[in-house]
Amino acid sequence: MAGIGLKDATAVVGIGQTTFAKRLAEDEKTLACRAVLAALDDAGIAPGEVDGLASYTMEETDEVELAKAVGFGDLTFFSKVGYGGGGSCATVAHLAAAIASGQASVGVAWRSRKRGSGPRPWTNTTVQLPTPAQWTRPFGLLRPADEIAMLTRRYMHEYGATRDHLFNVALACRNRANQNPAAVMYERPLTREMYMTARWISEPLCLFDNCLETDGALACVIVGKERARDCRRTPVYVHSAAQGLPAQHHGMVNYWNDDPLTGPAWTAARHLWKHADFTPDDVDVAQIYDAFTALVPLSLEGYGFCGRGEGGAFTEGGALEIGGRLPVNTGGGGLSEAYVHGFNLINEGVKQLRGTSTAQVPGAATCLVTAGEGVPTSALLLRT
Amino acid sequence: MLTPVTDTDGAPFWEYAARGEMRVQACGDCGEPRFPPRPCCPHCQSFAVEWRPVSGRGRVWSYVVPHPPLLPEYAEQAPYNVVVVELEDAPRIRLVGNLVTGPGAALGSLDPERIRIGARVQVVFADGLPQWVLA
Repeated sequence: MAGIGLKDATAVVGIGQTTFAKRLAEDEKTLACRAVLAALDDAGIAPGEVDGLASYTMEETDEVELAKAVGFGDLTFFSKVGYGGGGSCATVAHLAAAIASGQASVGVAWRSRKRGSGPRPWTNTTVQLPTPAQWTRPFGLLRPADEIAMLTRRYMHEYGATRDHLFNVALACRNRANQNPAAVMYERPLTREMYMTARWISEPLCLFDNCLETDGALACVIVGKERARDCRRTPVYVHSAAQGLPAQHHGMVNYWNDDPLTGPAWTAARHLWKHADFTPDDVDVAQIYDAFTALVPLSLEGYGFCGRGEGGAFTEGGALEIGGRLPVNTGGGGLSEAYVHGFNLINEGVKQLRGTSTAQVPGAATCLVTAGEGVPTSALLLRT
Repeated sequence: MLTPVTDTDGAPFWEYAARGEMRVQACGDCGEPRFPPRPCCPHCQSFAVEWRPVSGRGRVWSYVVPHPPLLPEYAEQAPYNVVVVELEDAPRIRLVGNLVTGPGAALGSLDPERIRIGARVQVVFADGLPQWVLA
């Protein structure tokens, strides 16, 4: 492979988060500052040492505001990634690339969002993406749930996936949230009857197929491997990282290419595994982006844990639970811990490899973290 | 109700629709149809464009039935269906729309129990918008 390579060149050495809730009193900027400072404190690194930043294009607290408030040093690298939750892992990937290539030495990635108490983006009819505004929204395909429900119905039709398969995803996430005191759904168990009788949001997706609406913020700190050895916590190495935008893909409304049921996960996965020393069989635990339950079986296929059309069946027999074939979303995920555009999945991956998760997979040494499927995406392989 | 926010590439589709005609964009050189419309051909990179008439016959590729919360004018008609229709003449052209009981009928006019993936449908037009009826 040409170039310096990313493999194990950098590590996540600090993670931080605020409280998660339907409504938090503080504003997004304040929450961002709290999460970032918590992550730096966890790492034992002073804010003045930070010289690299990465976040989402949808992040409302910009670099200038954050740097002024928390006292960063001179910044030499800052980047933002588009496509909502598709950008989560890419924030870490951009920092890893910047640090490995010498553009920065201490990087911070973050996401702060009041999606719980703030407005639902789809209710804003003046700010619409051009393709949905012309070709889908006038017909009442208004919300992300409607757009993904369309692919879900086709997926169920083509491959025989069932609502029970989607329930398996919702249940695994809820069970892990029930072990995680920080999760919004910590004290709220889910049963099959609750799921099967829940109100519809967009058939075939019901209430429990949809992620939470959460206020909260998270951050993590990334440094080079030499520096990582001197940090306070066990380093969690960025083993492989990838972004994925497949040819002729269209985010969310991917109805217009030859094979709409293979999405960005497939593209990201090819790159991710090409640069990895291990395979899907060697992954101890996975944090899979779950804005909607149906994204999990699709991602299981895309990242190579099963074949085409087998994602639904893969969830059977407790496969996604602790002790199962592939424990997923061990903090509760977007479905049951918090929906902060997938950043909690990154931090939970780090917790697993430190051995500090509230639903610890014994001896976990490798973790896949994915960003949103169904949009231009990104993914990370983390290792101890 | 939201009306289509047209752009330069898509405007001809809506101009033909206003005349009760369904046409799709195709490459003026290699002939490959494409959707949504765009400035050039992803197969041969030609900027030549033609708008090709199609029969308006198709099959339901998938569908959803949205329930509230929705924008107010849509919530009033919920639950309604939204379908993706694969065109008979150009199977990779898939149009989002509504399956209704007849031209101009409300979004929720057809019982969702009557919708099946693979069902044959035919385009109709009402107020410049394509709608679909069971064929």
